[in-house]
Amino acid sequence: MDRNQLYESLNPDLLQTEEMVRPQTTYLKDVWRTFKKRKTALVSAIILVLLVLLVLFGPMMNPYNYYSNDYTAINSAPSAQHWFGTDTLGRDLWTRVWVGGRVSLLIAILATLFPFAIGMVMGGISGYFGGKVDMIMMRTIDILMGIPTMIYNILLIVVMGSGNISTLIIAFTLTGWMGSARSARGMVLQIKAREFVMASETLGASPVRIIFRHLLPNTMGIMVVGITLTIPMIIFAEAFLSFIGLGIAPPNPSWGQLISNAADVFKNYPYQFIIPCSFVSLTMLCFNLMGDGLRDALDPKLRA
Amino acid sequence: MKKALLTVEDLTISFFTQAGEVQAVRGVSWHVSEKETIAIVGESGCGKTVSIQTVMGLLSKPGSIQKGQILFRGEDLAKADKNRLHELQGNDMSMIFQDPLTYLNPTMRVGRQIAEAYLQHNKATREEADARVLEMMRLVSFPSPERNMRAYPFQLSGGMRQRIMVAMALVCNPAVLFADEPTTALDVTIQAQIIDLMNSLKTKIDAAIVLITHDMGVVANMAQRVYVMYAGKIVEHGAVDDIFSNPKHPYTWGLLYSIPRLDAPVKGAMEYIPGTPPDLISPPKGCAFAARCRHAMNICAQQQPPFFDFEEPEHCAACWLYAQDAKEQYADVIEKRGKENG
Amino acid sequence: MADKTLLELKSVSKHFQVKSGVLKAVNDVSLTIYKGETLGLVGESGCGKTTLGRTLVKLYQNDEGSILYKGKDIWSYNRRENLAYHKNVQIIYQDPYASLNPLHVVRQSISEGLEIHHLYKGKKRNDRVLELLDMVGLNQEHANRFPHEFSGGQRQRIGIARALAVEPELIICDEPVSALDVSIQAQIVNLIMRLQKEMGLSYLFITHDLSLVKQISDRIAVMYLGSIVELAPAQSLYEHHYHPYTSALLSAIPIPDPVVEKHRRRILLSGDVPNPINLDGGCSFRSRCPKATERCAAERPQLREITPAHFVACHHAD
Repeated sequence: MDRNQLYESLNPDLLQTEEMVRPQTTYLKDVWRTFKKRKTALVSAIILVLLVLLVLFGPMMNPYNYYSNDYTAINSAPSAQHWFGTDTLGRDLWTRVWVGGRVSLLIAILATLFPFAIGMVMGGISGYFGGKVDMIMMRTIDILMGIPTMIYNILLIVVMGSGNISTLIIAFTLTGWMGSARSARGMVLQIKAREFVMASETLGASPVRIIFRHLLPNTMGIMVVGITLTIPMIIFAEAFLSFIGLGIAPPNPSWGQLISNAADVFKNYPYQFIIPCSFVSLTMLCFNLMGDGLRDALDPKLRA
Repeated sequence: MKKALLTVEDLTISFFTQAGEVQAVRGVSWHVSEKETIAIVGESGCGKTVSIQTVMGLLSKPGSIQKGQILFRGEDLAKADKNRLHELQGNDMSMIFQDPLTYLNPTMRVGRQIAEAYLQHNKATREEADARVLEMMRLVSFPSPERNMRAYPFQLSGGMRQRIMVAMALVCNPAVLFADEPTTALDVTIQAQIIDLMNSLKTKIDAAIVLITHDMGVVANMAQRVYVMYAGKIVEHGAVDDIFSNPKHPYTWGLLYSIPRLDAPVKGAMEYIPGTPPDLISPPKGCAFAARCRHAMNICAQQQPPFFDFEEPEHCAACWLYAQDAKEQYADVIEKRGKENG
Repeated sequence: MADKTLLELKSVSKHFQVKSGVLKAVNDVSLTIYKGETLGLVGESGCGKTTLGRTLVKLYQNDEGSILYKGKDIWSYNRRENLAYHKNVQIIYQDPYASLNPLHVVRQSISEGLEIHHLYKGKKRNDRVLELLDMVGLNQEHANRFPHEFSGGQRQRIGIARALAVEPELIICDEPVSALDVSIQAQIVNLIMRLQKEMGLSYLFITHDLSLVKQISDRIAVMYLGSIVELAPAQSLYEHHYHPYTSALLSAIPIPDPVVEKHRRRILLSGDVPNPINLDGGCSFRSRCPKATERCAAERPQLREITPAHFVACHHAD
C-alpha cells in the first residue's frame, strides 16, 4: 500500500474480525474442566463407570447363574473356576455379586431420584410462596425429620411386607424427600431475589412457570451434588436392612443379602463376607469423592 | 520540569488464563512528581487498575509482569521481592479503594485499624499510636474523633468510612497515594465532600496522588495532569486544561462528548462511541480503537501509532491523524472536534 | 390532558418492617405519568426510587394510597386484567448480570413474554424474536447464545428486547445504564430514546445521575428519603431549582471541565443522610438543610405549585 493509500479512510476489510474470539464454553464444559482437575473425583468417576459395566455384563462372563445350587462346590475359595468362590449353597459368588449389584444400585438410584424429585417440587413451592405455605411445610418437615429414618423405614417395611425392590424404594422415598426439600427451598429463596426471576414475574408469568422454568433448574447444581452424596447412604441403608432381614429376600441377591448370608460363616470363610463388603465400601467411597469433586466444580467462586 | 518521584516505563502485564493470554497492559509509561496529582482515566478493562495494583505490588496470579520498569526513588520495583514490597506497602505507597466496606475489617474498631496501619511500619507505644490516630482523624475532618475512633465500620456511613480509609492510607506519611475510584461507590453529595477533602489535603501533605477513575468530572476537579488509557495502552496525555479544552485523540473526544453534562442543554442529542472495546486476548495489530473510530484510516488497522507531540508542554497523543502525512488532510476535522468541549 | 394520563399515583406509601422499626421506603408520593413523555425520577441511593419503580410493576404492593392505570386501580384487577397490565407496563432492570436466566439462551429469554401472552404463533414467534434482536442492535446469531457470552451492554439490550416483546405502553427504566461502562452508557441511552420515538413509548426513567436525566427527560421528579421534594419540567428545574436539596445536589455534581469547575460555588451539605427508619413527621431534609426552621420539624411540607407546572415541597422555597 503506498503512502497516500495509508492515510485514506479505513477500509473495513482490513480490520481483524474478532467476533467472539474466545472458544465457546458452556457452563457444563467449564464444570467438566474443573472436575477433571480433581484427580480423586475423576478416578472415582472412572471406577464407578467400571462398576456399572461389571454389574451389567459381569454375570455373562462365566457360565454360572445366581440361583443354582451346586453341592459339590460349597464354600470354595476364589479359584479359576469360581473367580470369587462360592457360598454355602455352592452358588457362584462372582455372578451373585454382580446380580446383587444390579439390585442394590437400582434401589439406590431410584430411591434417591424419586425423593429428590418430590423434595425439589415441595421445596420449590415452599420457597416461592413463602408465608403460611412455607411455614406449614417447614414445620411439617422439622417434625418428620425428628424421627430417625431407620425406625421409619423399618416400620414401613414391616407394614408393607419386606423382600421386595418396590417396597424398599417406596419406604426410602417416603423418608427421604425432606432433606432435598429443605435444601431446594434454601436455594430457591436465594434465587428468588435475582432480577431474572423478577423479570419473569413482571412479564406476568404464573407461579408454575417461575418455579419449574426458572427456580428449580437453577438449583440443579446443588441437587446433583446432593444426589451423588445420597446414593451411597441408600446403598448402606439397603445393606443394613437386608442384613437384619427386612430387605431383599433370598434367593434374590443384593449386596446386603450377600453380606447377611456371609456373616454366619465369617470365621471360616471370610472371603464370602469381605468381597461384597468391599464393593459396598468402594461404591460408597467413589460416590462420595465424586460428589465432593462435583460440589467444588459447581461452586462459582472456586472456578479458575 | 519537576523530578519524577515514581516513573513507570513501558510496563507490560499479561494474565495467563484458561482462555489464553490476556494482554491487560501493553506497554504503558507514566510518571508522577512530588506533591503532584495525576489521573489515569479509562473504562473498566482498560488496564488502569491492574497497572497501579502492580506498582503497589498487589499483582497476583495468573498475572505477571512481562516487561518494563517501575522506578521509585531509583529502585526498580518490578524486580523487587515480596518482602521489599511489603515494606513499602502502606508506608511509602498506599492506596484507597472504591468500596470502603469491603476493605475495612468489620470486627475491629476503626481507630484500632488506623493504629495498626501505623504500627506496621513504625515502632511506637499505644499512646503514641492513638495520638497519631487522632491527628489523622482530624486531618480528614472526621467529626468527634475521640468518640468515633471507637466505632465499628458498620456504624459509620459510606462517606465516613471513606475518610477512615484515607486516614489509614496517610498515617505513615506515604510518598505516593493511589486512589482507585475513590468516589464511585458514593452518593453525589458525599462524593463532593470527599473530593473537597482530597483537594484540601493536597496543601497539608506531601504525597503525590495518582487518581484512577472513569469519572471525567472528578478528574476535572482534582488532577493536574491526565493520562487517558484504552485497551491497555495510553492514548493521550497532557495537562488537565489541555485535555479538556483541546483534546486530540478520537477516544478522548468520544469519552468527553458522550458523557452527559450538567451544563448541556435539556434533551440535547447524546453522542456515543459505537461498538465495544477489543478482547485483549487477541488485541488488534494496529490501533485498538480503529474499529470504533469514525476517523480511522488504513494505516490505523495495520500499525500501532506512536506518540505525537503538540505545542503545549507534555501534551501528546498516539494517533495517526497527527502524522506528518495526515495532519493537513484532516486538519479541519481535528480543529472542529477538538473544540467541541465546552 | 386527562385522556393523556397513563399512570396516576395518589399518596402512595410502601413500608418495610425491619428489626429496629418501620422503614418508609416510599412516603406519601403523588405523581402522574403522561402518555408519550419521559418522566425522570432522580435521587441518591436509598431514596426509594427503585422501590417506587418496582411497586409500579406490582413487585411490591403499596400499603397506602392508590395507583391508577388509565383510571383503574391496579390492585382491583381480575386475572385477565392483571395479565393485561403486565403487558402494558414493563420494566428494564439495573443489573445486566442478574437480569437474565443463565440457563436460557437469548431466544428463550426474549420469547418468554410472547409465550405468556400468547403473542405470535409458531414460526412467526421466532421471526418476531429475530426482529426484536435487530431492533436493539443485536444479530440473528445471538439468539442461540447464553447470557454469559455477552458483555454488560449487550445483556442490557437483551433485557430491553425482552421488555419490548410484549409491546408495552409504559416502561419503567430502573437505572438501566448505571452498571455499564461510560462509553456504553451513551449507546444504550440512545437506543432507549430512539425506541421511544419509533414505538411511541412512555418512560419513567429512574437514575441517580442528574446530568443524564437532563438529556432525556421532559419532566423530572427529585426524590429524597421516600418523598418527592421537587417536580418540574426539565428546563425549569435546571434553571430555577427551589428546593435546597435540589440545589445542593446540582452543585455537588462535578462537571467535566476544569475551567468551569474552578469558578463553581459548591453548596456542601453538612452531615450524612439520616437514618430512614422510623422517620417522624416533619420535613425529612431538615437535618441537613441550611434553611431549616421550627416549622420544618413540626409540619411536613406538601408539594405546592410555585411557578406553572413547577412543584416544590418546602416551606421556605421562594
